[in-house]
Amino acid sequence: MLILDLSFYNWTLFTDYIQKGLLFSAQLTVIATVGGIIFGTFLALMRLAGNPVLSYCASFYVNTMRSIPLVMVILWFFLLIPLLIGKPIGANLSAIITFIAFETAYFAEIMRAGIQSVPRGQTYAAQALGMNYGQNMRLIILPQAFRNMIPVLMTQTIILFQDTSLVYAIGAYDLLKGFEIAGKNYGRPMETYILAAVTYFIICFSLSKLVRKIQTKVAIIR
Amino acid sequence: MNMDFGVFCKSTLDGEPVQHCISSIFGIAQNADPSYLDWLMQAWFWTIAVACLSLMIALVIGAVMGTLRTLPNSSLSSRLLVWGATAWVELFRNIPILVQVFVWYHVIPSFILPLKELPSYLLVSIALGFFTSARIAEQVRAGIQSLPSGQMAAATALGMNRIQSYRYVILPMALRIVIPPLTSESMNVVKNSSVAFAVSVPELTLFAMQAQEETSRGIEIYLAVTLLYALSAFSVNRLLTWIERRTRIPGFVGTSTDPSLAH
Repeated sequence: MLILDLSFYNWTLFTDYIQKGLLFSAQLTVIATVGGIIFGTFLALMRLAGNPVLSYCASFYVNTMRSIPLVMVILWFFLLIPLLIGKPIGANLSAIITFIAFETAYFAEIMRAGIQSVPRGQTYAAQALGMNYGQNMRLIILPQAFRNMIPVLMTQTIILFQDTSLVYAIGAYDLLKGFEIAGKNYGRPMETYILAAVTYFIICFSLSKLVRKIQTKVAIIR
Repeated sequence: MNMDFGVFCKSTLDGEPVQHCISSIFGIAQNADPSYLDWLMQAWFWTIAVACLSLMIALVIGAVMGTLRTLPNSSLSSRLLVWGATAWVELFRNIPILVQVFVWYHVIPSFILPLKELPSYLLVSIALGFFTSARIAEQVRAGIQSLPSGQMAAATALGMNRIQSYRYVILPMALRIVIPPLTSESMNVVKNSSVAFAVSVPELTLFAMQAQEETSRGIEIYLAVTLLYALSAFSVNRLLTWIERRTRIPGFVGTSTDPSLAH
């Protein structure tokens, strides 16, 4: 039986190693969520459009992103972006671009389900009032679709936050890497891995409880 | 950028082309030094091995945990079982898979000493299996709860106790209902097996990272690895669709939606 020694756990541990990682993980989550929702809405609209070229391109992109592991997507972007722009890129910026591109596919599926969950009568009423496609989408359908999908979007954000730990593959400094470096410097790898698990658990568990509470308040009763 | 797919027929030790490039993967001939293609095939085997082991562990444990979560609050023991299964699901859903792999590899073998002798791919399979079992438990629970409540009532009326009613009435239908979500979970297992790179299991992602460093032919290597991942996920999808078709009960497509038949 092994005794864990948690005596090194204090505020300086947090400010020296973990704060930077937590900040980067939080930034990555927020930027990828916002970018993913914006681009994902466009992708969902492309997929639902009547034009078969647009619809095929959008579904090809979504299916590709959904069938490859996230670690491979991270490695792909880390390889391709310096080749495309001609100069080397840091792991942090590469991770941000990768996550926006990856989460766009997942948020596109969610927004597509949201748009399809709004009753068709709304579209007909908008057309009867003389609105064109853009006004219909912007003023009538998308606000309702977004509101219907808020719990699912928030659940996907929590999954995104968990997936940010995978940027370990390219060495970006996120929360997990912060804990690992702290463990190496203090010579206590086991305790810091347990602390990492506990930290992630507390954050994700509280957020999912919050999602459940919001779910009851946001639902539209028809 | 120019692509050179001949990198796969080069030897891993000195970079010279090997004699038996394609025939070595079918076992007809043996190369003196392994080529990148040999290494790729071995890595693919390890990926499939980790994915299959994890899936087996996850299906068994996930079905048990999902069933336990649907027990009613009748007695203290059943409340304890429900609480335990809920704690299991919440614990393994809220910790990222990579953190779980690290905990299973670095921390737990010091506590549970028999685990120290296990090779790393078994520890990764256990970690991935427990992670996926939480998600499968949720699917099984949703499947059981989608059955009409009359099924349990009819089983009780026939004199079956709880275990018999689950085994003969509830679970056969519920497990058939959840095969489509299980298909997507199985594809997720194949994709999540890529986290084994962190503990140096010689699978496809580790091959991609190391081979790209050695040969600097990143695009060809990554293309081959991506293709193999997509092929594996697609095969798992087709296999489970075949299983669904073979186990289908004629006349039932999910639960019946006719209100006069609803029990």
